[in-house]
This record gives sequence, C-alpha cells and structure tokens, in this order.
Amino acid sequence: MIQVRELTKFYGKKQVVGNVSVNIQRGQITSFIGPNGAGKSTLLSMVSRLLDADTGDVLIDQTNSKKMKSNDFSKRVSILKQSNYMNVRLTIRELVSFGRFPYSKGRLNDEDEKMVDQAIEYMNLKDMEDIYLDELSGGQRQRAFIAMVIAQDTDYVLLDEPLNNLDMKHSVQIMKILRRLVDELGKTVVIVLHDINFASVYSDRIVALKNGLVVKDGTTEEIIQSDSLKEIYDMDIPIQQMNNCRICVYFNS
Amino acid sequence: MKKRYLIPALIILSFVSLFVGVSSISLMDLFDFQSEETQIFLISRLPRLVAILLAGAGMSMAGLIMQQLSRNKFVSPTTAGTLDATRLGILVSMLLFANASMIEKMAVAFAFALAGTFLFMQILNRIKFKDAIFIPLVGLMFGNILSSVTTFFAYRADVIQNMSAWLQGDFSMIMKGSYELLYISVPVFIVAYIYANRFTVAGMGEDFSKNLGLKYRSIVNIGLTLVALITATVVLTVGVIPFLGLIIPNIISIFKGDHLQKTLPHTAMLGAIFLLLCDILGRVLIFPYEISISLMVGVIGSFIFLFLLFRGRAYA
Amino acid sequence: MRDLHKLLILAGLAALFCGVYLFHDLNGSFDYALPRRGIKVFAMVLTGVAIAYATVVFQTITHNRILTPSIMGLDSLYMLLQTVLIFFLGSSHITIINKQVNFIISIAAMVIFALLFYRLLFKKGNQPIYFLLLIGIIFGTFFESVSTFLQVLIDPNEFQVVQDRMFASFNNVSSDLVWTALLVIGVLIAFAWKQNSSLDVLTLGRDTAVNLGVNYDALVKQMLVLSAVLIAIATALVGPITFFGLIVANLSYQFFKSYKHSVLITGAAVISIVALVGGQWVVERVFTFNTTLSVIINFIGGIYFIYLLLKESRSK
Repeated sequence: MIQVRELTKFYGKKQVVGNVSVNIQRGQITSFIGPNGAGKSTLLSMVSRLLDADTGDVLIDQTNSKKMKSNDFSKRVSILKQSNYMNVRLTIRELVSFGRFPYSKGRLNDEDEKMVDQAIEYMNLKDMEDIYLDELSGGQRQRAFIAMVIAQDTDYVLLDEPLNNLDMKHSVQIMKILRRLVDELGKTVVIVLHDINFASVYSDRIVALKNGLVVKDGTTEEIIQSDSLKEIYDMDIPIQQMNNCRICVYFNS
Repeated sequence: MKKRYLIPALIILSFVSLFVGVSSISLMDLFDFQSEETQIFLISRLPRLVAILLAGAGMSMAGLIMQQLSRNKFVSPTTAGTLDATRLGILVSMLLFANASMIEKMAVAFAFALAGTFLFMQILNRIKFKDAIFIPLVGLMFGNILSSVTTFFAYRADVIQNMSAWLQGDFSMIMKGSYELLYISVPVFIVAYIYANRFTVAGMGEDFSKNLGLKYRSIVNIGLTLVALITATVVLTVGVIPFLGLIIPNIISIFKGDHLQKTLPHTAMLGAIFLLLCDILGRVLIFPYEISISLMVGVIGSFIFLFLLFRGRAYA
Repeated sequence: MRDLHKLLILAGLAALFCGVYLFHDLNGSFDYALPRRGIKVFAMVLTGVAIAYATVVFQTITHNRILTPSIMGLDSLYMLLQTVLIFFLGSSHITIINKQVNFIISIAAMVIFALLFYRLLFKKGNQPIYFLLLIGIIFGTFFESVSTFLQVLIDPNEFQVVQDRMFASFNNVSSDLVWTALLVIGVLIAFAWKQNSSLDVLTLGRDTAVNLGVNYDALVKQMLVLSAVLIAIATALVGPITFFGLIVANLSYQFFKSYKHSVLITGAAVISIVALVGGQWVVERVFTFNTTLSVIINFIGGIYFIYLLLKESRSK
C-alpha cells in the first residue's frame, strides 16, 4: 500500500497541493481525476519523488520513501510522465533494456534479457523491437515506454496522463493493458486521467482533486454519481448504465 | 519610471557631466568666449556629453527593438552577434582600407553589422527550440565565432592590442570632429518612433501581424537595419558598450510593459541616464585618471543583470 | 561490434599521426628533437582526452549538443588571471615565468570559481540548467571587460606575453606539468568512468532517469564539477580552446550512432588526438608557425557550429 501523508506543495506563494492524505490499495487501478490545475500531476510527481514535497511523507509498504535509496525505490515504484523528450536515437529494445537499469546498472545478465523479452512480448512489440523510437507513431511509442516500465518490474506503476495525444483505439489498447497488468501480474496502477469515462470503466478506485485538495476518495461506484461529479466539476452530469459500464454524459450538460 | 523623474535626472546629470573633469571649468568662465576653459568646453566637454546621450539612448533603443522583434527579453546587440559583426567589419576596414575616411569605415562596419544581425535572425528563424534563455546562448556562440574570425586576421596582422584599444568603449577621446557620426542616430530615433506601433505588432508574431495586414518581413528588415545602423555608429565612434541594450529595456519593461510607442522614449532616456552615470563615476572614482566606460558598464551592468535574473525569473 | 571496429580504426589513425609527428623529418635527432616532440604529443593526448571527456559529459547533463563547458566563463577567467598577473606583477614575475606556479594558480582560481559558482546556484534550490549557463556567460563578459581594460593599459612589450596566453599552444609545455596533469586527469577519469551507464540513463531525460533510480541532482552536480576541473586543467596546461570540445563531441555522435557513453567518450577522445596532432603538424609544416592551432580550431569549429545549428533544426 502507498500511504500519502499530508503532502503539500507550493509554487511560489500559490499552494498547488494542500495537505493531501490518501491511501492507495494494492492490486487495484486507482485513478486521479479532477479539473485542470487541480494538482493531480503534481501529487503524482511527489509520490514518485520526481518532485520534492514541501511537507509531508509518502510511505511505500510502511517504509518512508525519504529513507529509501534512490535505486531501491526504483525497484518498487515506477513512474511514466507524459512528455518523454530525448535527444538520442534508441531502438525499442534499447529503451526497454533501460528498465533493467536499477538491477543491472547497464550490464544486462541473462535474467535481465529474459525480463526485457517478456516485457516486449507483453506489449506486442516483438516484431518491431529494432525500430528506432522516432520512427514510431505516438501509440507505439507509448507502448514502448510502458514496456520499459514493465521490464522495471515494480509493484507500483504510476502513469501521468498516458492517453494524452492518443486516438480512441490506442487509448483503449493502453487501458486494457493496464487492466491486465493488475489482473494478471498483480501490479498496482495509479494513473492521472483526463477522460472521466476511462476512469469509470477501467479503475477500481477514484481519487478526485480540486484546487489542490482531495474532494472525493472512494470506489468507482461511489464517485461516478451525479452528485459527486457536481461537487468535483461544478457540472450536472447524467450517468447512463451501458453494458455494465457507467458512462458520464457530460457533452451537453 | 515616470517622465517627470527621468527628465530632471537627465538634465542634472548632464550638467554634472559638463563640469566634471581634469581642468575645472566654472559657469563664469564660459562667458569669456576666448578663454581656454571655453575652448575645452566646446571642443571636449560638450561633444562628450552629446556622444554619451546619443550612444546611451541609441544602444538601449537598439536593444529594445531587437527584443521586440525576436520576442526574447535576453536578445540585444551584445547577445546576438551584432557587436562582434561590427568589430569584424572595423577590422576589415582597418586592414583593407587603411586610409579610409570615417564614412567609408562606417559603411563597411554597417554592412557587417547588418549582415551579422540578419544572419542571426535567420538562424533564429530556423531553430525550432525557442527557449527564452537558449536563444541568447545561440547568439553568444554566434558572436564567439565572429570574434574568432576577427582574432584570426588580427593575429596575422599583429593588431590585437590595437583592436582592443579601438573597441574598448571610451569617451575620453571624444572631441569635436570625431563624434559627429553619432548624429546619424537622430533620424534613426525618429524612424524608430514612427514604426514603434508596427514593431509592437510584429513582436506578436508573423501570423498575428499578417492577420492585421502588416508586411511582417519588411517591418523586421527595417527594425534590423535601424539596429545595425545604431550599433555601427556607436562602436565606431565610442567603442563597445556591453549590456546597455540588454538591461535598460528590461528595466523599463518591468515598469511600463511592452507597448513600444509608450516605452521607447523612456528607454532612450534611461539609457542616456545610465550611461551618463557610469561615465561620471568612471571619471570621479580614480581622479585624475579615468576608468573606461566599457569597464564601468560591464561591472555595473553585470550586477544589475544578475539581479534582474535572480529576482524576476518568471518575468523573463 | 561495429563501434569497436570504428574505434580501432580511429585509434590506429591516431597512432599513425603521432608516429608521423614524432619521426617525420627527425634527421636522427633522437636526443634533442624526439623528447621535445614526445612531450608535445603527450600534452596533446592529455588535453584531447580531458576536453573530450568534459564536453561529452557536460552536453549530456545540459541535454544540449551545442554547448561547451568553457561557456561557464572559465576561459575568460583564465585570461583575466594572466592579464592581472602581468599587469600588476610584470611579465618577469615568478607567477608568469615559472610554469608550475602559474599552472597551480590558474587551476586553483578556475576550480575555486567553479565551486563557488555552483554553490551559489545550488543554494537557491535546483535552478534550470540554462539559467546557470546564462549566469556563467555574464561572469564571462564581466571578466572580459576587466581584461580588456587592463590589456589596453599594458605596455606593448608586456602585451606580447598576454597575447601568447590568449591562444592555446603546445609549443612550450613543460614536462613536469604533463606528468602532474596526467596524474590528476587519470585519477579523475578512473573514478568517474563507472558513472558512464548512469549518464546513458541521463540522456533519457530527468523524469525517466529519476524513475530508473539515478540520483539525478547529485549526479549532475558531481559531473558539472568534474567537467569544470578537467577544463581547468586543460586550459592551464595549454591555454583556452573554446570550440574544440564542441567539434570532437559532435563528430563522435555522428560517427558512432550509439547512446553509450563509454563508446562516445572514447570516440571523442581518440578523435581529439587525431585532430590535435594532425592540426599541430599542419600548423608547423604548412603554416610554419605563422598562425596558432587554436585560431584554426576556432575557425573550423565556428563554421561547424553553424552547420550543426541549421542541421539540427532541419531534422526536426
């Protein structure tokens, strides 16, 4: 379990995350939702230590993350941000191999190679593993980065808006993969999502943020309710039940 | 930064400047037109004052125009290779036309300044990655290249110390007859003022200006020509004055925003005031010797610029 | 394995160049000319390796392939130091005549400056790297202002000594210094070499590097200091060579399509040896010492730099 304890972050004088405490359960997909500027990505960055919190702690399975070595942390928790700027040319396989860096420090043994192979197979990238990243489409590149995170083999996988700039087909593909990671490999996935319906259909729990504070925290059924959504988004959003999915019809509300 | 503070400051400092110097001159001496004091006044002090005012106003305006057109607060003749191009031009004119008149040297220096500035803007246009601080880096690197070319030829001609002396900004050699070239900047000021609104629009981008029916390219070209003219005249008559075009527009922009027609007069005045102040300090600090204006502006300018950077990062 | 082949070919070429440089036209002067040439080659190899290593590392940290560590103002500080020593103590003072003393003073000044500089910056939290560079450039301009001022005042005979220091030269490197430099550079690189794989991860960007367990901020600081020290040693040994690192690092990226720092750094080092030894041979035989190696390097480096800028923007 990841326990977030009273995390706070200021940018200048502006509080972007205020005193947030949240528990993230193992073996589930937890989605962070909320309007623009709610502090979702900042919170995720602090949990994954990309960003230092001003105050507060993050406990990973009861251990304070501040007390963990950088390398050990990266064997427990992985984070994938939306922008992955690089100025080197790498093939998919080279990128995925970097996922083993916390274990091998760049010298891959047979075990590492096996993990890399598995990650590539898992993401269906085997037939293009020698293609360079800059020759791939957005969806393929995103899959390559997720393969790297799978090769990193952490219990917790954090993703910051992984569906950004992806079309419908690729978005669904990525979400299904994340679901499989949880159901088949027993990972714990935390994801920042913009599209409320993806959150509704794929996640087990939802944490809603607004103005840097947690306004709702509960199971998907509890959150995807018109009155809860009203509180989060200031919109009247009707909910329709379709094929066991709860769909928020917000387009004309 | 209101005009009612700037104008009195300018007038007071101008008076101080006129009466500070190795030979003391009092106001009374000036009534005797034949006296030595009056001669010094007319031949040395007055030209010096005029040169400082024109150079200070000119360099800060040049900086302002460049910043507006490149949409980057850190671009100025110092950080865009204009100064280095001018230097190269002066070297070329020194080597090729040793006996050239001031005007001919001016023409060569101007041509180089113009070419250098255009080249820089061309490079800028082609670079996709437009980080606010990355662009002046490119400019400084570009300036480095130009000055390495200058050094190459200066070394072979054995005029390196000569070049240093030539290019060090210095008002102490300004005399009647050696500074008049600076008057070129007066019509440049007027043109700049007339075009101020158009520069403001051009500063919002090519698409934006086209939408408003402006000929973007030609506006930019006019702006750069003005910058090159000012830089070339100042470097030729006074020498290199670092930082001026960088700091002054930034200070004004903090207080007055970026509408050029409103900020242009302030920028020009503050530039003149700042340069006057540096010059007076340079003359007083190690009296009766002088600290060159380049050094004064370099030192004071560095500190102000650092201060601006640390204080107003978000702003930049 | 193709990279290994390329490396071997380059190493062979470097060895060939060194051989030609050492033995061509030796006329059996094994006692006199050979040891002298040997020291020169030794100095070139050391400088080449130090600059190549420092530049590749620096470019990885800054995520930018058109920067060199000398942009932090170290070159200008070195020149200022030499100018100040000659100006105040005279060109016959021990700190100028005695190569060892000068070497130690220079390195101390540059390293202390770099450390203070980084301390100042990192105390204010983690600044974006471009901010740091810009401040470095301002310091550089500041140092240059002071140097130029003093250089103009210096007696022309003394200026000859200053001018000699302006240009990198391998002609009068003393043998004791080479051994000292070898020791320091060797120890530093031996210690830092194990960070190569972490540097590979660093190229993926900060977020990914942190995700993969690299202690990003600590590593960046460590590598910044390391590259500053290496550049300080190289500069104190032979003088300022601004563009050299830029050329060899980029040639290495082009030649080896690898992301591995062990390959890139070794490649850049071997390329620098080829370029320095080859270039020095050309300066001595073709130009018969009529120009300096660093002027040629700056010239070619500058043109290559513009080419890189334009190419980079086209590929995106």
